[in-house]
Amino acid sequence: MGGLLVVLEQRDGGLKKVSFEALAAARSLADRLAVGVDAIALGPTNLDATRAAQFGADEVVIIADDRVRLYQPHWYVGAITEQAKTKDYRAIVLPATALGKDLGPRLAARLGWPLAPDVTEVSAEGSELFVTRPVYAGKALLRLRVAAPRAVVSVRPNSFTPVEQGRTSSLRHTVLGPEGAAPAVRTVALEAPAEAKLDVAEAPIVVSGGRGLKEPANFKLLEDLARALGGAAVGASRAAVDAGWRPHADQVGQTGKTVSPTLYFAIGISGAIQHLAGMRTAKVIVAINKDKDAPIFKVADYGIVGDLFEIVPRLTEEITKLRAGA
Amino acid sequence: MNIAVCLKRVPDTETRIKIAPDGRSMDEAGVKFVLNPYDEYAVEEALRRKEAAGGGEVVAVALGPEAAQETLRTALAMGADRAVLLKTDQRPADPLPVARALAEELRAGGYDLILFGKLAVDDGAQAVGPMVAELLGLPCVSAVSHWEPLEGGGRARREIEGAVEVVEVKLPAVLTVDKGLNEPRYPALKGIMAAKKKPLEVKPVALDAGGLEIVQLALPPERKPGRILGEGPEAVPALIEALRVEAKVL
Ligand SMILES: Cc1cc2nc3c(=O)[nH]c(=O)nc-3n(C[C@H](O)[C@H](O)[C@H](O)COP(=O)(O)OP(=O)(O)OC[C@H]3O[C@@H](n4cnc5c(N)ncnc54)[C@H](O)[C@@H]3O)c2cc1C
Ligand SMILES: Nc1ncnc2c1ncn2[C@@H]1O[C@H](COP(=O)(O)O)[C@@H](O)[C@H]1O
Repeated sequence: MGGLLVVLEQRDGGLKKVSFEALAAARSLADRLAVGVDAIALGPTNLDATRAAQFGADEVVIIADDRVRLYQPHWYVGAITEQAKTKDYRAIVLPATALGKDLGPRLAARLGWPLAPDVTEVSAEGSELFVTRPVYAGKALLRLRVAAPRAVVSVRPNSFTPVEQGRTSSLRHTVLGPEGAAPAVRTVALEAPAEAKLDVAEAPIVVSGGRGLKEPANFKLLEDLARALGGAAVGASRAAVDAGWRPHADQVGQTGKTVSPTLYFAIGISGAIQHLAGMRTAKVIVAINKDKDAPIFKVADYGIVGDLFEIVPRLTEEITKLRAGA
Repeated sequence: MNIAVCLKRVPDTETRIKIAPDGRSMDEAGVKFVLNPYDEYAVEEALRRKEAAGGGEVVAVALGPEAAQETLRTALAMGADRAVLLKTDQRPADPLPVARALAEELRAGGYDLILFGKLAVDDGAQAVGPMVAELLGLPCVSAVSHWEPLEGGGRARREIEGAVEVVEVKLPAVLTVDKGLNEPRYPALKGIMAAKKKPLEVKPVALDAGGLEIVQLALPPERKPGRILGEGPEAVPALIEALRVEAKVL
């Protein structure tokens, strides 16, 4: 039986953490199935994919070409299906990021394989593959058996822990051919904010605010807290987004992003079912709300009842002290 | 401009999920079904593109049970010209068979634009749009939150992690639309009346089984009950202590 093929994701030539998470998921399956893990990375000429070895790849196929500095679907689909033809892979595993959510379905349709998107668990029993994926925006979990010989599986960010391994892997550089007719779709630019911003869907800590913040300027309180925590992103409820206080990219919930951070703060957020849908898989939830009956306290691990304008600055202060001491 | 827009009938986002006795599906008793919220943006965009082009047709297509006719009527009431229901009670866990059936229906339509929602709020697969594009050999941009028409195509913006991708695409094309692209109109009474007379064709379809088998649908493990640590800023040290020592996340 064939091994697994992991699609690695890069930004500016460096592999993203989600790539190592996808490798971790693939490695856990491969070890059960006693097969190998190959990885493929497309990126600019300065692409450095060597760390894929450290995180579990046996062979890494590297395509470093400035034509794929940005995500170009036609090159990706072409190169990955080409690679899939060289070996009889059991599954292609990729991160369920904006890129992976666009690419996964295209690969599945092109190859005629089933697609299990955005999974949070994978397992192998005998030679069979099983996955679990949240449905109804996380209100239920669907466990699936892969009934086909092959499948495309995308894994939700923050669901698998990258494992460093003492593995030596071979790196194989390949090239893209000449481009035929101009493709009908092309990514022309990536507009990143001047100050690199951690995305709520990827951040290990998320500090979210809602209508209780009262006005947009008050989100500074949450940004200060996020900075004190380090590695934290600021999220928002839909009420805050619809009011125009925060960009839609920061919205957490059923019609926003689904997040699974280690630590989630819901500040001035009531805890509507659509908001809970987006954050209930966080490892630890903290709620700060002046209404002791707010539904958010039903899912929170720890709560403080009171005025966020008094509590949050104090929290930022204490965390800063703690970080300085550590 | 001829535009197709694909619509799914889904449980309302307020729904509290109950598991059916078979342990593999949702108990639909008492559940209210609606047009998938993202598909409202798709319908709105279809109507705007047709209006901007000064003519053409907007065709709404849904694959689902008999009751999905209501979903299609919503789109007709908003202003779509006609509708097609690909009728089936099958609901494969694999999105590919659904995409195949939709692609089959759309192939002969000669559409300039085929629109989808970014995701269906029930299965959240975010898959059917790009799959249909691939099956039809059409270019596709997914999760479009801004669209600027250009000669023979357009420039789309889509949000990715911490940045925005700008993508140029030629028509005919497939787009899946995100919140933020537009503000969907509410069907007016006149539209609702008119919708009753618009053509809605029902075509039975049989899907292939797909490559995924449902083993179980279950509610997520209950979060263990949490604690209120206190009131006001005085409770902050207790919170820090709990996060550090008990939860070990600081
Ligand atoms: C189809 C659909 C999709 C939706 N999708 C989403 C989604 O993706 N994400 C989402 O978040 N919502 C979503 N919603 C909206 C959701 O139903 C709620 O309306 C929304 O989450 C409420 O936001 P909020 O908690 O910020 O505001 P509110 O419900 O108004 O809550 C504000 C909270 O702040 C507290 N508060 C006020 N002042 C203070 C203070 N000084 N100190 C401490 N606490 C204070 C209040 O006690 C209250 O609990 C959706 C709704 C629909 C119909
Ligand atoms: N059964 C269906 N009938 C028509 N359109 C569908 C169906 N399922 C999904 N779609 C379309 O595909 C989009 C994405 O759905 P999904 O891939 O299931 O998240 C939806 O917003 C719809 O536009």
